[in-house]
Amino acid sequence: MFNRDSWQEIFETISKNKLRTFLSGFTVALGIFIFVILFGFGNGLKNSFKEFFVDDATNIFRLFPGRTNIPYNGFKSGRSIEFDNSDMEAIEKSFGYQIDYITPRIERNYTVKYKNTSNNYGLRAVAPGHQKAEKTILMKGRYINNEDVKNKTKYVVIGRLVEIDLFDGEDALGKYVGIGKRSFKVVGVFQDDGGDNEERFVYVPYTTNQLIEKNTDKLGQIIVAFNPAIGYKGAMQFDEDLMNFMRKRHDIHPLDESGIFIRNVAEKLEENQQFGSILQMVVTFVGLGTLIAGIIGISNIMIYVVKERTKELGIRKAIGASPRSVILMILQESIFITTAAGYFGLFSGIFLLNSLGDTLDDYFIKNPYINMGTAVFATIILIVFGAIAGYVPARRAARIKPIVALRDE
Amino acid sequence: MIEIKDLHKSYAIGKSSLHVLKGINISIKEGELVAIMGSSGSGKSTLLNILGMLDVAEEGTYTLDGVEIKDLNETKAAKYRNKFLGFVFQSFNLINYKTAIENVALPLYYQKVPRKERHKKAMQYLTKVGLADWSGHLPSELSGGQKQRIAIARALAAQPKVLLADEPTGALDSTTSYEVMQLIQEINDEGKTILVVTHEDDIAQMCKRIVLLKDGLIIEDKEVNQIRASDHV
Repeated sequence: MFNRDSWQEIFETISKNKLRTFLSGFTVALGIFIFVILFGFGNGLKNSFKEFFVDDATNIFRLFPGRTNIPYNGFKSGRSIEFDNSDMEAIEKSFGYQIDYITPRIERNYTVKYKNTSNNYGLRAVAPGHQKAEKTILMKGRYINNEDVKNKTKYVVIGRLVEIDLFDGEDALGKYVGIGKRSFKVVGVFQDDGGDNEERFVYVPYTTNQLIEKNTDKLGQIIVAFNPAIGYKGAMQFDEDLMNFMRKRHDIHPLDESGIFIRNVAEKLEENQQFGSILQMVVTFVGLGTLIAGIIGISNIMIYVVKERTKELGIRKAIGASPRSVILMILQESIFITTAAGYFGLFSGIFLLNSLGDTLDDYFIKNPYINMGTAVFATIILIVFGAIAGYVPARRAARIKPIVALRDE
Repeated sequence: MIEIKDLHKSYAIGKSSLHVLKGINISIKEGELVAIMGSSGSGKSTLLNILGMLDVAEEGTYTLDGVEIKDLNETKAAKYRNKFLGFVFQSFNLINYKTAIENVALPLYYQKVPRKERHKKAMQYLTKVGLADWSGHLPSELSGGQKQRIAIARALAAQPKVLLADEPTGALDSTTSYEVMQLIQEINDEGKTILVVTHEDDIAQMCKRIVLLKDGLIIEDKEVNQIRASDHV
């Protein structure tokens, strides 16, 4: 079947029946092309969705101190709860293996000044783990590290937009900025996918901030990242255990909802993932629909092609072509055309997606792409169905008695 | 070369059936040029189709070059056709997107003859029918007579035992018809067995033997004095 001679015969047929070749090739190429584009757009939509809802790490609990509602253990209600360093240590000690990392976050507002330019920015006093919790990306320099926390260094990591605002094109790294009344050295500049606001923060070691605020040991909120290995159920259990543990430590009534708050991202994540999977279903559905339309298209073309060739096939059979050779010829030809055209459609689709890049960001299509495996799979599906669609009429044509086929005009 | 004994064939038309061949007995020796004549509906085309394995008989035996033709499936029939038979049709039946030489070479492709040799042989037969200069032309660029000569060259290229021609001159004017018959006579002179179905008496007179069919039976089978087509051209 696959000798040079039969290929030559097929290339002759293909090159001498340009319209037919073009029609069947075009159907397949267009089908794959649209499939790739739609699927890519769907993925782009998913990317936008992810960016909106899943910016931060998804394995974290945020603990906020509140105000008690129920009198308990000799304390009146309405008491303000505050976290301090010992809380963090106790959590780490009690929940060791369930914890990935833990970091406090103390939020303040400061005027940050460089030379004659100054502006108000949010300051976050944190531990190194905070970088993971916020998915902060460093553009240059480094983040707050454990040495900074231990030595209470006056180092600061500033947002990309802070650098742009204050430094006017200068490199901020190694320069000193004024925060409040004190001078901090810039050790890093970060960016964040969460949008402009996220890039207008400055980060300092929490211990340094505590030192400035009269050597206090108070913390704002505590962010606990659980070990992802414990899974969704484990996280829910951890959530409950952590809450009970903290209520006990701070003498809060076990049913007092307002003493301490925990915001569990895992819970939100579940919802978001559901929404995301619906989006995925829509994308898959659209893709499948396109593919089915493509299959129907190629089937129609193949039926037309074989019908058009009935007489030729009759002639070939009258001069000695076996039914098998007739079927093989049609199959080989259709597979060759659909493969070549399919891959042409595939690569032009991918090329278009790549060249689009982020031009469609305004339409919530961010970074459209298609998994190569998916695209190749779709192409192969179309080739296989093209072959089947060709085989059925080809077999029928091969069975027609030559005398009948010859009468076909 | 061809032995046919008690051949029957009928076609189903609705619920009734039409008995087309009602017991044909004929023997054709190598080198004969036989005209099969008869009015339409006499069964001459059916007989030719059975001889050409394009159709199968219900009863009777058919022996071709010592091989009994029976239990034909399409694959087997294709093999026999390719090995034993060459066809010439009234409507030429050339493949319209292939050039003259490619059409002639096609039976050789199915005989798995290597490409170069195929081309050489095809050229040889084109030369024989006097169309070597037209080898690169498509059928649409040729006249009816030329097309039929290409078809004859194609039928000969496979080197068949028997050449079957179904109204080979039916679509041609008389001058061209005689040219085609002249070619057929020349091929016959070289020893090829040829059967020609025709309803034109002058064409039949150019054969060596005339078999007359009527209502599915042979009513006359006679040797004739061959009229050479070259006398008319």
